[in-house]
Amino acid sequence: MNFISDALVITKRQLLQLSRVPEVLIFSTIQPVMFVLMFRYVFGGSISTDQPGGYVQLLMPGIFVQTVAFTLAGTASGLAEDMGKGLIDRFRSLPISRSALVVGRTLGDSLLNIVVLIVMGIAGYAVGWRPTGGLLNTVLAFVFLLAFGYALSWTGIFAGLAARDARVVQNISFLITFPLTFLSNAFAPTTGMPRPLQYFAEWNPVSTMVAACRDLFGLENQFGATAGSFPSEHPLVTSIFYMFLIMAIFVPLSVRKYANKSK
Amino acid sequence: MKSVIAENLVKTYRKGEVKALDDLSLDVEEGTVLSVLGPNGAGKTTTVRILATLLSPDSGHATVGGIDVVKHPDKVREIIGLSGQYAAVDETLTGWDNLVMFGRLYHLGKKASIARADELLERFSLTDSGKRPIKTYSGGMRRRLDLAAAIIVKPKILFLDEPTTGLDPRGRQEMWGVIKELVDGGVTLLLTTQYLEEADHLADEIVVIDHGKVIARGTSDALKKDVGGERLEVIVEANQLKVTAEIITRVSGIAAHVDEGMRSVSSPVKNGTKSLMDALREFDEAKLHPLDIGLKRPSLDDVFLALTGHAAEETK
Repeated sequence: MNFISDALVITKRQLLQLSRVPEVLIFSTIQPVMFVLMFRYVFGGSISTDQPGGYVQLLMPGIFVQTVAFTLAGTASGLAEDMGKGLIDRFRSLPISRSALVVGRTLGDSLLNIVVLIVMGIAGYAVGWRPTGGLLNTVLAFVFLLAFGYALSWTGIFAGLAARDARVVQNISFLITFPLTFLSNAFAPTTGMPRPLQYFAEWNPVSTMVAACRDLFGLENQFGATAGSFPSEHPLVTSIFYMFLIMAIFVPLSVRKYANKSK
Repeated sequence: MKSVIAENLVKTYRKGEVKALDDLSLDVEEGTVLSVLGPNGAGKTTTVRILATLLSPDSGHATVGGIDVVKHPDKVREIIGLSGQYAAVDETLTGWDNLVMFGRLYHLGKKASIARADELLERFSLTDSGKRPIKTYSGGMRRRLDLAAAIIVKPKILFLDEPTTGLDPRGRQEMWGVIKELVDGGVTLLLTTQYLEEADHLADEIVVIDHGKVIARGTSDALKKDVGGERLEVIVEANQLKVTAEIITRVSGIAAHVDEGMRSVSSPVKNGTKSLMDALREFDEAKLHPLDIGLKRPSLDDVFLALTGHAAEETK
């Protein structure tokens, strides 16, 4: 019982931070909206697709996934900053559960993701995105996006706890998330990539998530690689497997890192 | 009753390369203040982190309030307050937000957390700034708020790790005032510092550590006695050093120590005021006018120098 209320206090702290420094929220929503506009109008014209409704239908699921993936950099640098300032030591000297702090943090990041996804959905709608998979499937897609973001935020937690400096960890996070989101089917067909990269893109969790969302939004899964492979046939199952895998690895690692007293 | 006991603590970093604590033992009597005094890197912070359950010792044993810090860290955390070297508060939030948040994390409940936050802000003269983000605070205000966060649940045992490092003299004075009040309220305090003056000012007992070992312990007075009693010290013009040395040697009966760089002549004396008057008379007769003359009580700096062979603040 205490565990939940402790975690919620930490989540509330994050919301208070956002209310004190609203720029953080503003910029974390402006950036993905900017991506929507740029991709829609810069690449949209040159990437040919026979998708009814145009490129933007394929683009939006890609950008949704990219955005939730990018928030892990904020998770990581926020935590690294708390470490550097000795705040983590203070939390650890309190009579609260070891995992309350990290769980609270991941919940806060999920709340941030909800806001960002809503704003992006509206921006997408404004530039012509129309999901056709039905209301239930559309809602389901957003639930999976949040779940994917939640799973990934645990990698951010681990990176933040392992790092020594907030700026370094932010850069490292981008170094990982950028290739991960671009070496995928998110923005362009993978068929143009060299063969080894195609394999990577096909099994990339970002690709399976994007493909799963496209399914749920009622699209043909275009931009995916070879037909017949397991991830392209079963993107949702593969994605859920990845989420569990990420959490199975990073939740215990992070909790142990946090509790590890001989740092 | 001992509130804090540390026995033979050993802690090494980087796989044994750096020995932070080398068989360190200390204890704090209930309701008293122990100051752990030492230069940077002596092992002060490591000691505090072990006692506050943030770090496990490689070997040795420690209890806080009678509870083993390694076996029952959760129970120890319920009875201690910790304020570290850096102000460990959320700087984007206001002081009030921070105190309420920590109150909630101590499971005080919403109403009680708010009441306690208001009370602590007032007590530490932070009421006016309580609604401002901590980013806008001065160094002294941050430290006071950090200390306030450490005493939300009125812990009986408090650890303060270099509470005034980096503060200006005024901030330090204010912090000392706040700490004294807590001590008068009956809290048991273990305080680390590299300021000898601070240990002298706040502590009932002082433990001097260097390279992870206790090299001396005792009251401030007892430590000073170890170094010797009062000294008569005279500052003169450079060309008068020689004749001054003769006078001081005659008055004290011990060969005077001459520091040419400082233009000072000094010697230990047994009967301070009489020696001082004798010396003044001799200077007057010799028509000499010392720039400064006085009795010097040994400072803790002298203690440190005598114990370790190096000055306290030099080693990094």
